Amino acid sequence: MLQHDVSGAPADSVVMPGARGLAIVVTSGKGGVGKTTTTANVGAALALRGARVALVDADVGLRNLDIVMGLESRVRHHVLDVLEERVTLDDALVRDKRLENLSLLAAAQTRDKDDVDTKKMIALVEQLRDRFDYVLIDCPAGIETGFRNAIAGAQEAIVVCTPEMSAVRDADRVVGLLGSMRARLIINRLRPSLVRRGKMLSVDDVDAILRLPLLGVIADEPGVIVTTNRGEPIALDQTNRTGATYRAIAARLSGDESVPVEIPQEPTMLGRLGALFGGRA
Amino acid sequence: MMDFFKNWLKRETSSATAKERLRLVLLSDHLSLAPDVVENLRRDLIAVISRYVEVDEAHCDVSFEQQDSAVAMLANIPILKMKTPPPGGGAPRTQASPPAAPPTGMDGAAPAMTVAEPAVTVPALIHAVETAAEAPVGAGLPAPKKRRRRRRPANPNPAGGAQPGFASPAVG
Repeated sequence: MLQHDVSGAPADSVVMPGARGLAIVVTSGKGGVGKTTTTANVGAALALRGARVALVDADVGLRNLDIVMGLESRVRHHVLDVLEERVTLDDALVRDKRLENLSLLAAAQTRDKDDVDTKKMIALVEQLRDRFDYVLIDCPAGIETGFRNAIAGAQEAIVVCTPEMSAVRDADRVVGLLGSMRARLIINRLRPSLVRRGKMLSVDDVDAILRLPLLGVIADEPGVIVTTNRGEPIALDQTNRTGATYRAIAARLSGDESVPVEIPQEPTMLGRLGALFGGRA
Repeated sequence: MMDFFKNWLKRETSSATAKERLRLVLLSDHLSLAPDVVENLRRDLIAVISRYVEVDEAHCDVSFEQQDSAVAMLANIPILKMKTPPPGGGAPRTQASPPAAPPTGMDGAAPAMTVAEPAVTVPALIHAVETAAEAPVGAGLPAPKKRRRRRRPANPNPAGGAQPGFASPAVG
């Protein structure tokens, strides 16, 4: 395992993970838990810190990262075009419209996951690591070919899990499949009011089962949906709490372990009122 | 009406139910054990220990816990009293393991438990909690009382009980 020594670097400086970039796969097993949203926001937050970031959509056949990033109109070529040497990497990389140090490599929409050559995929990630500080790979759901190709070139994993039984079970399975790869956890779509009333698994519950270092906890809040509708990662919204959480995750990923993991709480009296009339789970 | 309130108070939260169901399903995922195998194991384990000591079967608790990469079996088996060896002097039906020294006896039982994949080790952490050494004759009688007293502290536990096996080691 590669060592990425980032200790000693001040928090707000550009933290380089090492001589070469760090490839991190964002995975979950279960679909629909927020892998793509997480990839987009963590990537944007890392880029905000000044790091050079490449986002790779490994979900061949179900391209979505471009939409979440709001870059769908700029995509000309995709990852398979590069793997099959029809275009160069530079041709296929789409530069973000807000942050120039953030780039996207879109997935092929009309192809199949089995079309990806694992060795070439690893070589592509290696190539990206030469040019970027972070390579975030958005893994498809499932544990089959697409998953194996997505994790093949990665050194680390971010496991995304919602506080639901099926998501936790699948995350547990994925952690087993990752083997010795370093894996850290992001708990997504937590609803504090439900947790308080004992109607949702808590952060501690999920933690106790998965036993992964916790990178952050994202609340289930409308802001994420609204910003995704607009194709603007919420991590770039300096006034938003969830955006701040993504930025804290980016800080932790860059080696700044002093940033505490904040558990979302019910924010206002309004929220409490809502919970009163919220009905039963 | 009172029943309604009693039930309402007693009702487990759905998150506690989810947690317990998850624990069990992940356990069988990891060990590739069917749930009834766990129940059979519990029964056999108690049967073996009962050969040597009188146990409080109603309060025996056998559970599994994920400890980092390994799965540990935790057994909380309250002992009511030691069984006096039969007058002949021989140990009760010894086949493989010596009657004294419970730890080695448990090791002897371990290979039978690792039915699962070879990667999973099942260290048996048997915590035999010895209740007060009572007079051998009347030992059977106070048990029902104790049962009631123990239930109560066990109830609030699902909320924060990280260690399922050690809920109530029956003090007094």
